[in-house]
Amino acid sequence: MNTFVWRMAWRESRGNLNRLALFVACIVLGVAALVSITSFGDNLNRAIDDQAKTLLGADFVADSRIEFSPEAEALLDSIGGDQTREVRFTSMAFFPKADNARLTQIRAQEGGFPYYGVLETVPANAKSTLDEGDNALVDDGLMMQFGVDVGDSVKIGQVTYMITGRLISIPGESIAQGIAGPRIFIPLRTLEATGLVQRGSIVSHVRYVKLEDGSAEALSSLKEELDPKFEALRLDMDTVEDRKRSLGRTFGNLTRFLNLVGFIALLLGGVGIASSIHVYIKRKISTVAVMRCLGVGTSQALWIYVIQAAGMGLIGATTGATIGVLVQVILPAVLNDFLPVDIDFGVSWSAIALGMFIGVTITALFALNPLVAIRNISPLLAIRQSFETESDLPTDPLKWALYGVVGAGILACSLLLADNFEFGFWYFIGILIAFSLLGALGWAIARVFKRIFPRNSGFTIRQGIANLYRPNNQTTVMIMTLGFGTFLIATLFVSRDVLLNQINISDAKNQPNLVFYDIQTDQADPLLNVLASYNLAPLQDVPIVTMRMSAINGETLEELRANEKRRIPGWMYEREMRSTYRDSLSATETVVQGEWVPVAPDPFGLIPISVEKGVFEQLNLALGDTILFDIQGIPFETTVASVREVDWQQISPNFVFLFPNGVLEPAPQFRVMVMRTEDREQAARVQQQVVREFPNVSAVDLALVLSVAESLISKVSFVIRFMALFSVFTGLIVLSGTVIASRYQRLQESVLLKTLGARRKQVLAIMSVEYLVLGFLAALTGLFLAYFAAWAISYFVFETVFIPNFANIGILMAAVMSLTLLFGLLNSGDIYRRSALEVLREG
Amino acid sequence: MLFAENLTKTYRSGERSLTVLHDISFDIEDGSSNAIVGPSGSGKTTLLGLCAGLDHPTSGCVSINGISLSGLSEDALASVRNQHVGFIFQSFQLIPTLTAIENVMVPLELRGERGIEPKAKALLTDVGLGDRLHHYPTQLSGGEQQRVAIARAFINDPVLLFADEPTGNLDSDTSAAIEDLLFGMNRNFGTTLVLVTHDLELAAKTQRIIRLKSGHILSDTRTENA
Repeated sequence: MNTFVWRMAWRESRGNLNRLALFVACIVLGVAALVSITSFGDNLNRAIDDQAKTLLGADFVADSRIEFSPEAEALLDSIGGDQTREVRFTSMAFFPKADNARLTQIRAQEGGFPYYGVLETVPANAKSTLDEGDNALVDDGLMMQFGVDVGDSVKIGQVTYMITGRLISIPGESIAQGIAGPRIFIPLRTLEATGLVQRGSIVSHVRYVKLEDGSAEALSSLKEELDPKFEALRLDMDTVEDRKRSLGRTFGNLTRFLNLVGFIALLLGGVGIASSIHVYIKRKISTVAVMRCLGVGTSQALWIYVIQAAGMGLIGATTGATIGVLVQVILPAVLNDFLPVDIDFGVSWSAIALGMFIGVTITALFALNPLVAIRNISPLLAIRQSFETESDLPTDPLKWALYGVVGAGILACSLLLADNFEFGFWYFIGILIAFSLLGALGWAIARVFKRIFPRNSGFTIRQGIANLYRPNNQTTVMIMTLGFGTFLIATLFVSRDVLLNQINISDAKNQPNLVFYDIQTDQADPLLNVLASYNLAPLQDVPIVTMRMSAINGETLEELRANEKRRIPGWMYEREMRSTYRDSLSATETVVQGEWVPVAPDPFGLIPISVEKGVFEQLNLALGDTILFDIQGIPFETTVASVREVDWQQISPNFVFLFPNGVLEPAPQFRVMVMRTEDREQAARVQQQVVREFPNVSAVDLALVLSVAESLISKVSFVIRFMALFSVFTGLIVLSGTVIASRYQRLQESVLLKTLGARRKQVLAIMSVEYLVLGFLAALTGLFLAYFAAWAISYFVFETVFIPNFANIGILMAAVMSLTLLFGLLNSGDIYRRSALEVLREG
Repeated sequence: MLFAENLTKTYRSGERSLTVLHDISFDIEDGSSNAIVGPSGSGKTTLLGLCAGLDHPTSGCVSINGISLSGLSEDALASVRNQHVGFIFQSFQLIPTLTAIENVMVPLELRGERGIEPKAKALLTDVGLGDRLHHYPTQLSGGEQQRVAIARAFINDPVLLFADEPTGNLDSDTSAAIEDLLFGMNRNFGTTLVLVTHDLELAAKTQRIIRLKSGHILSDTRTENA
C-alpha cells in the first residue's frame, strides 16, 4: 500500500466529515456501554479488594443453625482476639406509634462489631447505646415506612425497646438486602426476655472474630487448622476470601450480563455502519470509476475506503471509550442499592482496551461487506451512466465468505464478553435469530407494501409508502435497529409484568393471602378466637415438627457426604428441617410414584413417608429406601413409600418430607395457619392484634411480599433499562444516520417535486408518512418479538399464564412512532430549504 | 499507437443478447488526431471503453503503444492507463472532494512520484487556472472544470488521449475555448488524440474521422487537416 492510498483516504474524507461523523456516532454508545460496564466491574473488584475486610466486618465469621455446643464455644474461645456474639432470626416488629407491624430480621448482638468498616447510624454513635438499656437500632427504610423517629419504641416479642438510632448501612451489606428483610439490632442480653427463641425456631447463631494477627497468612493457616474441627462441630466458617469469591461471582455475572446488553447497542451500531457505508459507497461510484480510469487498482480503491472506515471506527471507539469512562461515574449511583462496598472513580485501561478492540472489530466486520462492492466498480461507469441491476441475493463468493467472518466475529465477541462458552454461544444464537427475523420481516414488509400499494390514496400517502420499497430504502435497516431496541426494552417491561403478575395471580380469589407461623400449641385456640372475631377461619392449620436427618439406608450423613451418588444439599446437613404429618394430600401435591399411606400402621415400626420429587431425585433415592430422622433426640426409622410433585409457587406450607398421621402427634410442635382476608385493611388489623397478643407469632402478608418484590424488581429493571437506553439511543442515531445518508436521494426527489410545484407541507407530509409507517412497523415487529420472548419466559421459566398488557403495548408503540417521526423530520428539515438550482447543479 | 483488431462486443441479458460492435478493426498512427463519430447508440462509447481498456471485448484485441490488452488483469489494465493514457470526459469527472491541484496530481501520485506540485501548478496555469489551484470542483464553472480535467489528462505525459464528448456539456463560447485548448496542448505534447463525438464540426478539426453506425464502421476518411 503506497502513500497515495493514505493520502487519498484522507483527502476523500475531508468533504464527507459530516457524513462520517454519523458513522462514527453509530458505535460510540455501544463502546461507551462496554467501557463503562467493564470499568465499573474493574473498579468494583478493586473496591472489593481494598475494602475486603469490611465485607465481613471481621476477620472471619462462624455460624450455625443450631446453638453452639459447649465444644464449639470452647473452640471459639480458644481462638482469642475480639469476638461478637449474634443471634439472628426473623420476627414481627410492632411499632406502637404507627400501630403497625412488619416481619423483620432481628440481630441480637453483644460485642464490638464491626471490627472493620463502619456501622453507619444516625446519630453516629448509636451502636454504643445497645449496651445502655433496652435500646434498638432500626433500618432507616423501615422507620420511614412507619413514620417513627429516634426516641419512639418498637416491640419485639415481649420486650419494648426504645429506638436509639437509624441504621443507614452495615459493612458488607447492600441497601437491597434491607428492602428484602429490614434489620433491627437489639442487645443480646435482652433476647431471652423477648421469648422468641424457642425450641424449633429457625435461628442462626453467629460469631464475628477479629484476630490479634489478622494478616492473610495467619488467617489462611488458621482456616486450614479450624476447617476439620468446624466441620465436626457443624459450624460454618466464612472468611473475607470466601465472601470476596462469592461477591466476585455475583457481580461478575451482573457485569457480564450488563455487558451483553450493552453489546447489543454495538451490534445495532454495526447494522447502522453497514447501511451507511452501503449508501456512502453508492455515492462514491463515479469517483471510484474515475480513479480507476486514471489508473487506480482495484485493491488500491478498496484500501482507500477501508482506511476511512477503520479510521472512523477508531475515532468512534475512542470517543465511545471516553464517554464510557465518564458514564461509569453514574453507574455506582444506578447500582448503588445492590453494592456492598463504596466505589471510587478510576480509569481501567484494560476496560478501555477491550471496549476499543471490540468497537473497532465490529466496525470492521460490518463495514467490510459493503466495502468489497468497490472491487466491482467498473471504470466504464466514468463514461457511461449505466444502470446495473442488483440481484437480491449477493452472488459474490467473497461476500458470502465475509458473512461467515461477520458471524464468527460476533460469536467471538459474545464469547469474550460472556466469559462462558455455553452462555456466549446461546446469546449469539439468540441475537442471530432476532436479527434474522427482523431482517426478514423488514425485507418482507418492503415487498408486501409494493404489492398492496394503496393506488387510490392521496399523493402524499402514495409517495410516502413508495419510499418504503424504492431503491436505497431504509426499511430493513430501520426495522432491524428500531425493532431490536423496542424488542429489548419491551422484553424488560413485559418480563417485569410477568413476574408481578405471577404474584398477583396468587392474590386471586380463594387463594390464601396471610400466613401466621411459629404458633405454639397452647396459643392455637386463643389465636383461633382472635381470627373468629374477624370472621376468619384458617384454610389450613398445619402442625410443624422440627427434625434432623441422620442416615439413609444405614449410611450416616458424614458417610453420605463422601458418596458421590447422592448429592446431599447443604441445608439438609446443616440445619433442622420442618416437616408435618396429615392423613391426606393438599391441593398442591400429587403422588407420582408409590402409594400415599395416610395413617402409620405401627407407630413404633418402620414409618411410611412421602418424599418431594426433586429431593427424591437429588438424593438418588428409591421407593423402599430407609431414612433415619432424629426428632428432638428420638430416632425415627422411616421408609420412602411415595414420591410427590409439589407446586411450590402456591402460598401454602409445603414440605419435602411428609409423615402420616399416628406418629408425630405427641412430638413437640408448633403450628402454621393459612387464611384469606377480605382486603388489605383487614389483613393489617388482624396482624396488629395477633402480634400484640402473641408476640412470638410471625406473619407473612402477601401484600407486603408483593410490594417488596415490586420494589426489588423495579430496582433491577431500572438497571437493565439504563443499559437498554444505550441500544435505543444507538437506534435513534442509526435512524439519523440512515436519514442523512439517504438525504442526497431525498434531496433530488424533493427538489424535483418542488420544481414541479410541491409545497413544503406536501414534502414534509410525504416524509412523515414514511417515518410513521416505519416507526409503526419497527415497533410492531419489536413488540411481537418481545411478546414472543415473554411468552417463552412465562411458559418455560415461570410456568405461568402470560396475559399481555395492551395499554403498555399502545404506549410503547406511540413512543417509538413519535421518536422515529421526530428524528426523521429533524434530520430532513433542511431538505426543502435548499435551493433547487443548487441541488440540480450538484446532480 | 492504437491497434484494434476484429473487436466485437455483445451484451447478454438472460436469454437475450445484443451485439453493439461488429468486428471493428482500425489502426491509429502516432501523434495523429482522430474522431469517432456516429449517432446515439452507434457504439462510439463502447468502442472508446474497449480501446482504453475500460472494458473487455467479447472477441478481438486492442493494443496500446505495443502493449496488448488481451488477457491483462484489471490492475494491469489500470497500470497501462496510468502510464500511457489520458482521459477527458463529457461530464468532467473531477473527484469532488479534491481541490483542482489535487485532482491534477492524482495520476502522478499514483505512480508514487514526488515533487509534482510545480508541474501541476504549471499545467493549471497553462489552462488559465493559475489562480484557482485550491478551489473545489463545486466552486468552479463547467468550463473551468473541463480545463482542470484537461490539465489532469496531460500531467502523466500520455502517448494516447481519449476525449469523450469533451464539449458536450458546455455552451458554444466555452466549447470553442476548450477545443482550442485541447488541440493546442495536444500539438504541444505530441499526443495521439482519439475523440468521440457526435459534433461533426468538432470532428472536422481532427485529421481522421471514423464513422460508426449500428456497431459497424460506415466510413474511415482523412480530413483536410491530415
